[in-house]
Amino acid sequence: MKDILKGESVRLSAVDPEELAKAYAVWNSDSELMRLLDSRAAHMHSAKGIKEFLEKEIEKESPANHFFTIRTLNDNRLLGDINLNVINWGARDAFVGIGIGNRNDWGKGYGTDAMKIILRFAFTEINLRRVTLTVFEYNPRAIRCYEKAGFQHEGCLRGALLRDGKRWDIFYMGILCDDWMEKHYEQTAEDRIASLPKPQPALS
Amino acid sequence: MIDIQTQLFQTQDICFGPIDHEAHAEIESKWTHDAEFMRLMELKPVRPLSPAMVKKQYEDLEKQMEEDKNLFYFTIRACPDDRLIGKAVIEWIEWTNGNGYLRLGIGSAEDRRKGYGTQALKMLLRYAFGELNLYRVTAVVPAYNEGAIRLFQKFGFMEEIRRRKALNRDGQFWDIISFGLLNSEWREQANGRG
Amino acid sequence: MKDIYRGALVRLTVESPEDMSKMFVRWDRDTETHRLANTNPAQLWSEKFIKEYIEKNQIYNSPQAFRFWIRTLVEDKLIGNVSLWVNSWTHSEAWVGITIGEREYWSKGYGTDAMRLAVRYGFVEINLRRISLGLNSYNQRALKSYEKAGFKMEGTLRGEGLRDGQRYDGYYMGILREEWLALVGGLL
Repeated sequence: MKDILKGESVRLSAVDPEELAKAYAVWNSDSELMRLLDSRAAHMHSAKGIKEFLEKEIEKESPANHFFTIRTLNDNRLLGDINLNVINWGARDAFVGIGIGNRNDWGKGYGTDAMKIILRFAFTEINLRRVTLTVFEYNPRAIRCYEKAGFQHEGCLRGALLRDGKRWDIFYMGILCDDWMEKHYEQTAEDRIASLPKPQPALS
Repeated sequence: MIDIQTQLFQTQDICFGPIDHEAHAEIESKWTHDAEFMRLMELKPVRPLSPAMVKKQYEDLEKQMEEDKNLFYFTIRACPDDRLIGKAVIEWIEWTNGNGYLRLGIGSAEDRRKGYGTQALKMLLRYAFGELNLYRVTAVVPAYNEGAIRLFQKFGFMEEIRRRKALNRDGQFWDIISFGLLNSEWREQANGRG
Repeated sequence: MKDIYRGALVRLTVESPEDMSKMFVRWDRDTETHRLANTNPAQLWSEKFIKEYIEKNQIYNSPQAFRFWIRTLVEDKLIGNVSLWVNSWTHSEAWVGITIGEREYWSKGYGTDAMRLAVRYGFVEINLRRISLGLNSYNQRALKSYEKAGFKMEGTLRGEGLRDGQRYDGYYMGILREEWLALVGGLL
């Protein structure tokens, strides 16, 4: 069985509330990051407050929530986090959200890689049928990343954001399991075959 | 001059009213046992509720209205006897962006097809745009709810999002559609209608 | 000692949370009453919620809150409420707010009478130095009534409110102890 939490440049790992909270407290002071991630007014919170919030979330151990941190493969550095939240069990549909905290780590393919990992996790480990996400009109880097990962545009809430005196749309994108399987099935089958033990020569 | 006389909560055949914790819990409990209504009204799995559970929901609603201030819940009553016939809600309000989500439903089948939904939506929109001063409202509808789709289209809502196969009911996959209406669009229509 | 609860048309009373919540539920459903008296959005709280709010809320039960209801002298009918909320004891300053919920009693002097009683209570019983109030600029009836009761216009918050796509101002008025004493010809 493949290690589905590992990608090409990143891997997904557990959330350590203390570590992540400290990181958030630093990243939250970058208002550009906040404005890319969150539709609410940019706000700064103390590390302590964030840690308590994260601990409570993790304690819930909800089967609907899959929360990971993203780390570099080569030096195990904390890059950000990614979160799958099942919103409808009947249709097996989940919302995914991702954030890479430090702007020096943007544009390096980490996000695209993490998104690939989470989709594989969604469709082959928890067997979802679709994954949904929202992204803001003024975040073209993320939009491109999601398109590359296979998400299709499903529409937008017109003018749903008011920032810097201008109205922006919130885009909705979605990917269906069938579409993902079609694109990845061949790879998956190959990987599966490649990972099987080689047939042993018969003992003479 | 501000119009302080045109009633926000009263119209031709219906009006909006407060929750009556005792009397309404019984009625609403009955609605939750009607899966046809619940499947039109709710995206989450249908679940019948006892009057006690409905009462608890009412308490949680008013608590949320008071604490979070991002929810406005109204009961819909028939005039003139003030009988409970449905509910109308504005929720998930994001004040800094001026956004809200709308939801409304007429609980029992005998009260539908009488134009009450149209009257209720008209009042709800005036409240959202004229009293809360929202910039836009969204209504989320499953693709099989043709009645709701027609109603929102009548009011000039635009189909904005179609989440493919996002709902699984009766062995079929359905799209979930989001309709949106801007304050400016509503005002233009309202002025046009006079 | 004079009965400071009694005026020319009305008297100030206290009512049970049950009766108070019933009145509020009824008045909340009338848009004109709500929009004259309030700037926050109209909401239809349940009778149960209002009763519990009154019972546990500091705004109703605290050393700073002086809440009265208004009954007509002749018919003993409950027509509204008037309250003083002490903003600051060190400055002896309070806010007053009044609502006449029963429409038939508008423009007949009942509100002015009740306001005069509340103001008297504030200066004579709580010994305030000043009383403040706010109103919506489109409420001309209230403006005239407050002027009759001795309040002076002190400021305008421009565009404080927005309703049905139109801005309105918030008017702020105040009355000082000395002004009130001069108006009533000294303490009786």
